[in-house]
Amino acid sequence: METYDLIIIGGGPAGLTAGIYACRSRLNTLLIEKLTPGGQVLITDWVDNYPGFPEGISGFDLVDRMRRQAERFNLPIVSDEILSLSFDGPNKIIKGYQTSYRSRTVIIASGASHKKLGVQGEELLTGKGVSYCATCDGPFYQGQDIVVVGGGDTAVQEALYLTRFAKKVYLIHRRDQLRAAKILQEKALSHPAIEPVWKAVVEEIFGQGQVEGVKIKKLDGTPGITLTVQGAFVFIGIQPNTEWLKGVVPFNDQGFIKTNDTMATPIPGVFAAGDVRCKLLWQISTAVGDGATAAFAAERYLESL
Amino acid sequence: MAEKNIEQVTDENFQTEILDASIPALVDFWAVWCGPCRAIAPVVEELAVQYEGQLKVGKCNVDENPKTPAQFGIRAIPTLILFKKGAVVEQITGAVSKATLETAIKKAL
Repeated sequence: METYDLIIIGGGPAGLTAGIYACRSRLNTLLIEKLTPGGQVLITDWVDNYPGFPEGISGFDLVDRMRRQAERFNLPIVSDEILSLSFDGPNKIIKGYQTSYRSRTVIIASGASHKKLGVQGEELLTGKGVSYCATCDGPFYQGQDIVVVGGGDTAVQEALYLTRFAKKVYLIHRRDQLRAAKILQEKALSHPAIEPVWKAVVEEIFGQGQVEGVKIKKLDGTPGITLTVQGAFVFIGIQPNTEWLKGVVPFNDQGFIKTNDTMATPIPGVFAAGDVRCKLLWQISTAVGDGATAAFAAERYLESL
Repeated sequence: MAEKNIEQVTDENFQTEILDASIPALVDFWAVWCGPCRAIAPVVEELAVQYEGQLKVGKCNVDENPKTPAQFGIRAIPTLILFKKGAVVEQITGAVSKATLETAIKKAL
């Protein structure tokens, strides 16, 4: 088995950036990605807050450019799903579904996935009206009524996107004001097709084989309501993809990996970058910074051996 | 990119190519505007080569072929459906890993 200098797990913005830096430093590097490089950005309709694109850019195009840039520096990218990380002296053993890999350092950039509501009907109706991806499923809701659940940047941005298709978009949020960036709030709250439902949580999603409506519980003491809708889009935050690392690296209580400001975990030679990491702001711009720092820190670590 | 062993499934040929197929068939319902569909495409291509002769693999563009996805109540893509002798044995929504798909395929073979 070949021993790499660095293996990067995950091909989103953090992993691809780490790959660019590592290859330019001539580290013998491998990036392992479960699907196609891109991560959550692949499902982002439009990115307006990543500098260098004055008109904005589609998530797909942005990450495609990052991949092409990494390939220009000959970053090898393989497709495999990682099942575990273990240690053999100073070497790290990465067990994948297809094969195993060995490396002197590892950058964990396995990202995060959308959270689920955990209410009745959600699991059963996923793909049948319950969705977590507006760009994938929006066009199926032409002229229909839908709910969007959440109040952060993603929820509000995607609610705005969905107005291209849906006739009416109810924005269900547990508080009495949105958390999203002010510029998004202004657009959403002045949009004729978007109706906010404040201090409200979804209690149940129902329907026979397809979503027919949602039951809403009000948190302000007023009676609950039932909305007749054909779709429910859920954007209530992210959870880290770290189940495979339980007991191996320290997490915070939500499962995000704890690092210091050089992206190092307490295990020598193991770094984390991007949405998988415990930090203040999960963005493409911060993932890119994490990736660069982690690759540089890994190189320093290798030099110290 | 070459799509070796992948059948282009349409509303017209769905019955003959998939439902009447002599071996199990996997159909990937997709569209060009869907990021995760592009993410899962290489996995589907790998499976088509790996299970050549045992599994028929097809791709159905939902924009060009609206009838077939409607018939299976598809309102989210990517959706992958595994058929055996004309019946649905597994319906998977979202960009899942190769391991998940292989587990389903091995059960159907």
